Amino acid sequence: MINGISIYEILTLTTILFFIGVYGFFTRKNLITILMSIELILNASAINFVIINTYLYPENLQGAIFSVFIIAVAAAETALAVAIIINLYKMITSVEVKGTELMKY
Amino acid sequence: MDYSYTILIPLLPFITFLILGLGSFKIKPNLAGLIGSASLGTSLILSLYTAYNYFIKVGKVDGAYEAVYAFKTTWMNFTPTLHIDMGILIDPISVMMLIVVTLIAFLVNVYSIGYMKGDTGFTKFFAFLSLFSFSMLGLVLATNLFQIYIFWELVGVSSFLLIGFYYTKPSAIIAAKKAFIVTRFADLFFLIGILLMGYYTGTFDFAELTSADSSQLAEWTSVTFMGMSIITFSLILIFIGGAGKSAMFPLHIWLPDAMEGPTPVSALIHAATMVVAGVYLVARLFNVYYVADDGLALEVVAYVGAFSSLFAAIIALTQNDIKRVLAFSTMSQIGYMMLALGVSGYEGHDGLGYMASMWHLFTHAMFKGLLFLAAGSIIHAVHSNMLKDMGSLRKKLPITHITFLIATLAIAGIPFFSGFFSKDEILLAAHHHNKFLYFVGLFVAGLTAFYMFRLYFGIFWGKEKTYSDKVHENPKSMTIPLMILAFMSIAAGYIPFSKYITADRQGFEGHIDWNMAAIAIATAVLGIALAYVFYKKETNYPEKVTKAFGIFYKWAYDKFYMDELYFFITRQIIFKRISAPFAWFDKKIIDGTMDLIGNTTVKTSEKIKGTQSGRVQDYAMYFIGGIVVITMVVKYIM
Repeated sequence: MINGISIYEILTLTTILFFIGVYGFFTRKNLITILMSIELILNASAINFVIINTYLYPENLQGAIFSVFIIAVAAAETALAVAIIINLYKMITSVEVKGTELMKY
Repeated sequence: MDYSYTILIPLLPFITFLILGLGSFKIKPNLAGLIGSASLGTSLILSLYTAYNYFIKVGKVDGAYEAVYAFKTTWMNFTPTLHIDMGILIDPISVMMLIVVTLIAFLVNVYSIGYMKGDTGFTKFFAFLSLFSFSMLGLVLATNLFQIYIFWELVGVSSFLLIGFYYTKPSAIIAAKKAFIVTRFADLFFLIGILLMGYYTGTFDFAELTSADSSQLAEWTSVTFMGMSIITFSLILIFIGGAGKSAMFPLHIWLPDAMEGPTPVSALIHAATMVVAGVYLVARLFNVYYVADDGLALEVVAYVGAFSSLFAAIIALTQNDIKRVLAFSTMSQIGYMMLALGVSGYEGHDGLGYMASMWHLFTHAMFKGLLFLAAGSIIHAVHSNMLKDMGSLRKKLPITHITFLIATLAIAGIPFFSGFFSKDEILLAAHHHNKFLYFVGLFVAGLTAFYMFRLYFGIFWGKEKTYSDKVHENPKSMTIPLMILAFMSIAAGYIPFSKYITADRQGFEGHIDWNMAAIAIATAVLGIALAYVFYKKETNYPEKVTKAFGIFYKWAYDKFYMDELYFFITRQIIFKRISAPFAWFDKKIIDGTMDLIGNTTVKTSEKIKGTQSGRVQDYAMYFIGGIVVITMVVKYIM
């Protein structure tokens, strides 16, 4: 519960954050920035969990705990993704998303 | 009496077939001939032993020879009423056929050692011969309609293999295919007949079928269709199957062409054994034929037999290939046998026709087998089938000459040769039953004497011809079978057949009606005399007569255009008018529909495959789009 700030403002913030992430995911050409966009989406949802927990159900802790899970999953996913990107770079000497279109049709 | 050893009779040739067939590249030709002959020789001895046991040692039980199952087992058991048995049936006609088949097969095997010498595939030939012997023996010993059908097809296959033995020769391949297709076509009717018979009588078993009492028969024949009982229909259908194998008109067209096979094969399959399978089949079911609708089906048998016999005899007059003359003569003689069955009664002396038919089958196997083997001996020496390449061979081939003469006298029905006795009985039976058929038979007897002596004089007398020194008598392995068969061609007439083989299995005292015989002899002598005048020396009488008959001679020479008729029916009517539209429908409509579905799928996927771009961002876009659409649907429509 933060004084002077209602849940609506924070939810607006996270929505903006989420769509920035979605926009970035769709438009970036670089795999690393796409990864960063995914992080933004995840963070937006993590904040949502915490905020809704704090404002609406202050007597419970599930939301906070879930956000910890999300952070853990995001970390693991990032590690995996970076590993994949490094291997991809070894193969095609590029981290552009164009280079990964080999598996179409 | 334990007859269980009889299983060896068909089994030995089968084992030989496996050995020779599997080792056809390893086994030396001479050894193959020896193995084949030895196994069939053993079968022959076993058959003779069986005959001795059956007719002499055991003899009649309660005044009749009984039908014995040497063994019987259920092979395929579908339901309690529908099961297919396998077994061995020993009764007078099967024992007689055992002797015929094993004797001729054995002699042909021995003969082939000399005849086929140096041919490629020598071992394979003996393997096929053994396969045929096995199938034929299985057919003869069958206990029920289905078993006989199975072996019936097996003899068809072995006949196909043997006719097409010279498979590098196109004419042989065509002949083999023709024989197989025509007989197979007839077998279709046979199968329908069996199924009808089995359905309405509830059994396939010969013993049960032939021993039906009157109430059972009344029940069977109660189902009628177009004025005839179903049983008569099925009997006629079964007879069509028999007519196909036995080359009865109009299913005879394969037999002359089957002469493309090696001559020993013609002797074994197309003269003595396989072609009489139809006669044997009718004889097997004789009681049913006799009683169903008062022998309506038998009338059909008699008339088809008589017509085929006349038809073939007329064609045989004109042919110039000696094997073809013999082929048509075979067809004619089988027609005789069918005629005899058709005019036969059942009880005691009324069953004369049945007895005569079986007797003629026996004697015919001997003398026609001999004629073919002798023809083979001539062909082997002269290297030609055509009558024009022969003449005055009597000095070059003395043994062949004498044996051929004996066989010719036998088939012509000259007294004291076997053919006389059996033919006389047939004519007598026909005379009792139907005067018209009797005169047909008598006329055919005269024609037979004429064309056989035309052949004899044409080959051994006639024009003087100079041959190269190479033409000489053939080796012993070929002449000894000829001599044995020549002996049999005389001796078979003195077997008291009527005591052993009759329709009611009780036997009767046979005798020769000399008044009737005199007419037959006179006819035969007339035929021979004509042939003597025409062909003893080279004369121009044949040409004159040919000219006198003109167009009719041409028809007979071209076999009354039966082949052309078949071609017309199959090519012009069936293929063009029926099959072609069906083929069009199948190709255009049925296949077309399937092709359309396939092509549409291919074309559509070509068009939309771009959506699978491989870019993960596109997929995410579709995903989001999908979610939006689903949300809209859920929110505003549902």
